[in-house]
Amino acid sequence: MSITISNISKSYKKVKALQDISFEVKPGELFGLIGPDGAGKTTLFRILTTLLIADEGIASVAGFDVITDYKSIRKSVGYMPGKFSLYQDLTVEENLIFFATIFGTTIEENYDLIKEIYIQIEPFKNRRAGKLSGGMKQKLALCCALIHKPKVLFLDEPTTGVDPVSRKEFWEMLKRLQQKNITILVSTPYMDEAALCDRIALIQDGEILEIDTPEAIVKHYPKPIYNVSANNMYQLINYLNDFEPNHSVYPFGEFVHYTDSRSDFNPTELKVYLESKNLSNIKIERTVPTIEDTFMELAK
Amino acid sequence: MNNNKVIHVEGLTKMFGDFAAVDAITFDVKKGEIFGFLGANGAGKTTAMKMLIGISSPTSGKASVAGFDVITQAEDIKKNIGYMSQKFALYDDLTVKENITFFGGIYGLSRKHIKEKSAVLIEELGLENVANKLVGSLPLGWKQKLSFSVSLLHDPKIVFLDEPTGGVDPITRRQFWEMIYKAANQGTTVFVTTHYMDEAEYCDRVSIMVNGKIEALDTPKRLKEQFKAADMNDVFLKLARG
Repeated sequence: MSITISNISKSYKKVKALQDISFEVKPGELFGLIGPDGAGKTTLFRILTTLLIADEGIASVAGFDVITDYKSIRKSVGYMPGKFSLYQDLTVEENLIFFATIFGTTIEENYDLIKEIYIQIEPFKNRRAGKLSGGMKQKLALCCALIHKPKVLFLDEPTTGVDPVSRKEFWEMLKRLQQKNITILVSTPYMDEAALCDRIALIQDGEILEIDTPEAIVKHYPKPIYNVSANNMYQLINYLNDFEPNHSVYPFGEFVHYTDSRSDFNPTELKVYLESKNLSNIKIERTVPTIEDTFMELAK
Repeated sequence: MNNNKVIHVEGLTKMFGDFAAVDAITFDVKKGEIFGFLGANGAGKTTAMKMLIGISSPTSGKASVAGFDVITQAEDIKKNIGYMSQKFALYDDLTVKENITFFGGIYGLSRKHIKEKSAVLIEELGLENVANKLVGSLPLGWKQKLSFSVSLLHDPKIVFLDEPTGGVDPITRRQFWEMIYKAANQGTTVFVTTHYMDEAEYCDRVSIMVNGKIEALDTPKRLKEQFKAADMNDVFLKLARG
């Protein structure tokens, strides 16, 4: 196993940041830790990268124990924190040389690993890191995390605040890195990115809600789910919330995802109810659940 | 000017040296509308928004917000709009109640008015049990909902929301949008930026900025038809990658 986590717990004063977390990540796997701010994602990353000591439990990364063999871990992993942590007043190239040097390597030695990403920022190699745009900072940070050819790569919310186009490009980049035999643990608050991982753990308030492949997680969704739309979205949401037999009512883009608490639900009954509230253009159709539906159902 | 237009923008431009961060944009926003202002990172959204809220002056072009000119009446704009930034801007070491009182005071509301408002607001947000707790101790989702309510304290005609739901859990994110719908339903105009494309679908109209220009502006439904796209994410990818 590339990463083994057994019964890890961590508290800050009264706050239980992580509660009895256990899972494994296989070599070469792209594993996603999916959850909102405050779920405990960063705490787990810091424990695995040996920057923080857990209160309870054991963990190993690349075969090394996080406590007894922390120095070996630091040589074998790459870590891109959520907050930009490179030297703002060194240039792009200086940052990269710096990180290569402290890991006892050179840019040339592992250039093939970063080449595809680095050529995108190379035109700005003499610019100070602090003066780069968000997207370029992100690419530089990834290059610096990769320059010593790590066995395991930790990416803490690399796409937070990033627009959909850049997010898509970033994930394409991760898929290609995975082909180079690097195990990747990545965290994200964007549920749509979960589908791009081999396996995911859904995490909220320091607890894991579920671990599986994205396909299996969606399959476990317990209820039939319906797309509902009408002429007025705000009124539709309010009336669905008032509809007594509802189980869940969540806006999803142009539709509302509706589930009913009864097993013998008949959509016609809901349509009649909505019509009685003077809504028009009412459409009710079965749809397939997404990771986000599952997350909300589990977090309820 | 048509009173129904709460934002009117014509040829608005902002240059940084030779670089046009905002390049002659023109659009209107109607009263009570939820207007989605989308674009890739670096497309010019923040620069445009700064001009609209009166904290950055345009290089050329004109704009009025809530009936006031962004160049000559910037101070009036600030009194008549609400603004919520992506970065949490309430005071972490004041309690929920103290924050409401403080911002109410800044907006010039009377003590009596503030007291009434804060009672209503705390009840609506379900914050009764934490009203006297420091804001810093609240979960992010609650903070964001509180920030939004605070930005509406002085009953502004328009509220500007800059990525209000970044990192917020999916359930709270939806509760947040229900608050937006409610405000719009009561006549407040909502000008909002987001990177969640499902949220773009919740807007009445959406504009998409690419390299400083507005490349598309319409209802989500018509944008999807125009770009033959399945959803807004698809529209965004088709436009912004160019």
